[in-house]
Amino acid sequence: MANPILVLAEQLRGEISDVSFEMLGTGRALADAAGAPLCAVLLGSEAAPLAAKLGLADKVFIADHPQLNLAPPATVTAALKALIDHTQAGLVLLGCTNVSLGIGSLLAAQTGLPLVNFCRAAKADGPAILLTSQLFGGKILSDVRLLDGRGIVCISPGAFPADAGKSDKSPPVEKLDLPVEVPGVTFKRYLEPETGDVDITKQNVLIGVGRGIQTQDNVQLAEDLAAALGGAVCASRPVIDQGWLPLSRQVGKSGMTVKPRVYLACGISGAPEHWEGMQNSQCIIAVNTDAKAPIFDGAHYGVVGDALELLPILTDKIKARKG
Amino acid sequence: MVPDTVEELNVAADGKSLDSEFLRFKLSEPDDHALEQALILKEKHGGKVTVVALDAPEVDDVLFTALAKGADRAVKIPINQAGLGTTASAKVLGDFFATAGPLTPDTLLLPGSQAIDDLEGEVAPLLAAALKLPYLGVVCGVKPADGKVTVLKEFAGGLRGEFEVTLPAVLGIQSAEKPPRYVPVAKVRAAMKSAKIEEAALTPPERPSQLDIERMYKPEAAGHARMFEGGSEEVADQLVEVLAKNSVI
Repeated sequence: MANPILVLAEQLRGEISDVSFEMLGTGRALADAAGAPLCAVLLGSEAAPLAAKLGLADKVFIADHPQLNLAPPATVTAALKALIDHTQAGLVLLGCTNVSLGIGSLLAAQTGLPLVNFCRAAKADGPAILLTSQLFGGKILSDVRLLDGRGIVCISPGAFPADAGKSDKSPPVEKLDLPVEVPGVTFKRYLEPETGDVDITKQNVLIGVGRGIQTQDNVQLAEDLAAALGGAVCASRPVIDQGWLPLSRQVGKSGMTVKPRVYLACGISGAPEHWEGMQNSQCIIAVNTDAKAPIFDGAHYGVVGDALELLPILTDKIKARKG
Repeated sequence: MVPDTVEELNVAADGKSLDSEFLRFKLSEPDDHALEQALILKEKHGGKVTVVALDAPEVDDVLFTALAKGADRAVKIPINQAGLGTTASAKVLGDFFATAGPLTPDTLLLPGSQAIDDLEGEVAPLLAAALKLPYLGVVCGVKPADGKVTVLKEFAGGLRGEFEVTLPAVLGIQSAEKPPRYVPVAKVRAAMKSAKIEEAALTPPERPSQLDIERMYKPEAAGHARMFEGGSEEVADQLVEVLAKNSVI
């Protein structure tokens, strides 16, 4: 039997992240192709009740220790290294997320296994595994081969179907005492999300603004349209970093995940970090001056043009229609 | 340094790398934030800021800009970053810090948290592993606290965590407390005249990349947006119909 495939099931405060199910579904297909067992591991004192949700795995390992809750990367790495030694796992799947960032690199440095980041597709090819990663903000894809099927793969959230990783079966669970090392980094406390004036996760219409909005003053053009539609304005990271909108309006990897009825993206290129947070909107309309912006590949409707010119015209027409 | 993705990116004839002929390079955004965070720490709490970079097109401009912004030293390692994976880049940077003498207990190494070409992993944790230092990434705030630093890390959904990190340490900066400062071109020109970029000679890594890259290519989208064309008035009319169809008007 081939070496086990190991999935680090990611959980944030007692809730399993979707990317964990994406990894389980992908891991299952790779394990079946290789004739290998699929194992999952849950770390932290909130882990035990969650094991039942990982039924697609042949076995779930649990390391129940409070210091493993959202632990620093080096702490998680030491635990995973011990588990790899214990299971002889050859392939490790991690989430390409803020929660897990850095774990893969540290683990690669410790184990000597190659790491492949930003993975969006994976398939078995004999003993090898062929992976496809998205680079340069989604503008280039790269195919990488793990010749012997061994390595560490960081899976981009939203790239694989989460439903394929869900199962009603009860997996066998094994509790392990994994090492709990705290090498110079100690968790102190959570800082809860800032509550803004508007909860962007509860809006029917969102006007998303990105770098293409150019100046803080221009954000008002999006505010005017949002007001006409009874929606709200949100933004991609560069706009938030400039301080033009508060953190509570950020959509994407570090910010909120939104699913409005309509998401109008103005001057947003569609980098994977932003796409991750709004891809499940019911209707996505993109306005961008760059005809090759990746956002047009996923949006339902698109306009190649200047959002700054279009926004006031659209606002006036909506106001006129509403009367 | 990373290719500016505003420009068209093309794959080279080898099918495995970017065509460098028309590539324009710029400072990776998280690295820009890392410099800003370093300058903020210096202004608030003292210390010196040294900016270190591997060789790349436009890197001299970036280093002089950093000096004009307030960095004390700029060091270029004359090893071309093109073709180097992050593991090899981290190894060279690790060698630089190892040969520069022991890191003092108040040293912070602040790379960007992640870059758009981090196929093999991120430089920050790999550098921390090479130097056996504590590491945290996705950092959005740093302040000194009794010989250590208190660090904010972003998780998701706006949730952040506060951590205490002992020094010296490597912190992968995602965003500085304030947007990166603007520096007038005249000040950069002045820095070019008055300041000097130091060079640190190091041995290039034996193995530039850990990965067996089969090919690079532009994505062929499975789907594409239905595009509206015409003047702004015409396009706006069509968008109004889409909004009405989706019951938001």
